[in-house]
Amino acid sequence: MMNQNAIEQTVPQNLAPKGPPDTLSNAWRSKVIRWETLLLCFCGLAFFVNTRMSPYFLDPWSLSDATFNFTEKAIVALPMALLIIARDIDLSVASTIALCSVAMGFANTLGVDSAALSAAIGLAVGLLAGLFNGWLITRFEVPAIVVTIGTMSLYRGIAYIVLGDSAYRDYPEGFEFFGQGYVWGVLSFEFVLFLVLSAVFAAVLHKTTLGRRIYAIGNNPTAALFSGIQVKRHRQLLFALVGLFAGIAAVLLTSRIGSTRPSIATGWELEIITMVVLGGVNILGGSGSVPGVFIAVFLMGLVTFGLGLMNVPGIVMSIFTGLLLILVIGTPIIWRRVAQARKLRKGSTP
Amino acid sequence: MKPSTLIQRLVDQRELLLGAIMALMIVGIGIAAPFFVAPSNLVEVFDDTAILIILALAQMQVVLTRGIDLSVASNLALTGMVVALLNSAHPELPLAITLLVAIGLGTVLGAINGVLVWLVDVPSIVVTLGTMSIYRGAVFLISGGEWVNAHEMPAQFLAFPRAPFLGLPMLSWIAVVALVFAWVFSRYTAVGRGVYAVGGNPKAALYAGLNVGRHQFITFCLSGAVAGLCGYLWVARYAVAYTEVAVAFELQVVAACVIGGISISGGIGSTWGAACGALFLGLIKNALPVVGISPFWQLAVSGLVIVLAVIVNSRSEQSKGRRILREAHQ
Repeated sequence: MMNQNAIEQTVPQNLAPKGPPDTLSNAWRSKVIRWETLLLCFCGLAFFVNTRMSPYFLDPWSLSDATFNFTEKAIVALPMALLIIARDIDLSVASTIALCSVAMGFANTLGVDSAALSAAIGLAVGLLAGLFNGWLITRFEVPAIVVTIGTMSLYRGIAYIVLGDSAYRDYPEGFEFFGQGYVWGVLSFEFVLFLVLSAVFAAVLHKTTLGRRIYAIGNNPTAALFSGIQVKRHRQLLFALVGLFAGIAAVLLTSRIGSTRPSIATGWELEIITMVVLGGVNILGGSGSVPGVFIAVFLMGLVTFGLGLMNVPGIVMSIFTGLLLILVIGTPIIWRRVAQARKLRKGSTP
Repeated sequence: MKPSTLIQRLVDQRELLLGAIMALMIVGIGIAAPFFVAPSNLVEVFDDTAILIILALAQMQVVLTRGIDLSVASNLALTGMVVALLNSAHPELPLAITLLVAIGLGTVLGAINGVLVWLVDVPSIVVTLGTMSIYRGAVFLISGGEWVNAHEMPAQFLAFPRAPFLGLPMLSWIAVVALVFAWVFSRYTAVGRGVYAVGGNPKAALYAGLNVGRHQFITFCLSGAVAGLCGYLWVARYAVAYTEVAVAFELQVVAACVIGGISISGGIGSTWGAACGALFLGLIKNALPVVGISPFWQLAVSGLVIVLAVIVNSRSEQSKGRRILREAHQ
């Protein structure tokens, strides 16, 4: 599918109009007409519609409750954005969350009675799961999609082996803080953690060499390798990071709902990837931004909350998620195609 | 023959490797539990795997063109629900119409994927992840979350997949026919050869006059049509239709292909390989309870097998030195 793009791109290049590129003009325009701006407008619209639909929506506590629905997914979406920018993908995140959650419950039955230790176990299992994905993919040079489809069954399968059709319900004293605690007023621990992590990710991706390298790898892995970037090591790092963050999400989620079944977080990989792609990250790698993902997270959260206010069942919301995913990726491609055709027509009639 | 070359040949010829492993498994299980190897039981195992085989053969075509179709299970559930509702409302409906509706609707659902991949140029994994949840949600919408149970389905609707013919149920015969069709399609038809060419080297295929996108579109239609047919077969065989029918079954279908040596980066793989991959998964599924392992192990075991198969695949592909070329020309 990637090569097909390459074929089509080579054709217009030969026919492209000669002369200086028009990239320097309209600097203000390129700043205003951006994906992020569009998302922000949609976000405002969704917010407005929600306030019209329920008089209780604007209550600070109601708003705070609304954030719980998407914060855990949003936290995984941050490293996932980096991974997709670097031309990889991890479909096993939801299973990793289940595995971490079950591991924490299992540790509890073995007598782990400290909340911090319990959380550390969750994070460690997530990190290991991510490292294993990364090791398989970089060591054997196999496509991330198949490997993570495999580990997706493997990780959730292990959760089923450990837990079967039962559930864990007991967690150490104080463990409920991670998912239910408030840091300041109506600001939950989860939400503050997400805000802080978003800032860190934005800084790393947009202001550090590591971030530039991630873009370089995503744009052209071979060129990145030849310019001295240790591509494999970076990919390995990103997979480990996604695993670790799936661990964080598992701690928050398990703490929030206070129980674990092996089917926990089913289908989250789709929602997380939709958040990332909606945020303007190119599914083929190489471009995207953390602010975009940040706004997309709120848009998804607001819309699903609004659908919830309208009593739409969860499975119908998944129709919406699926449509959103396809539309969001399809529209810019059609848009580009139309723009390119217009440019071609201009070039052929001087 | 040196042992290393024997291993190499086994790795290269996935059907032989899988066949040998399966033979060993059957012999091993047969010693532990003789009733498992009774012909009647083996027929049952094959019948239980038939739908997976049929779907894997169609998925293989999609994967050969460097695509992936994750929406097959949702497509199956949606067409299954549609024909079940149709038949419970009109019990006098002839079977031919049911089959036609199932295959037709499945083809349309597959064509939606195909158009998005071909004309809109959205990566197939994104399209089918999206349609996977759209189709699944549509099952809920048309059924209102209700189940269609066996007593609401007409007799001839339920009887067809189980009707015995020359010692095998109809469902198994459909799998056999699908296998022969797939083999002829891949080997002796222009489109079938084109599918390999398009996946093996899209650029070369383009310069040879093949329309890459259209071949992808055809494979998605094929996969959809087969998913539609399997939707009817599934619902009739298990005599129940509900929203969560065959949830996550697409993973098993892709797994069957990967285990069967179909390269996920396109262009490599054989019909027998895909069928063997599906049979292998079916054998594991049916053997686990026989050897006293809880069915909860099934998911993890198939995950592990996928990971192992991916590694083995990478070995056999790397030895041909294709990877560097493929990367460099992208």
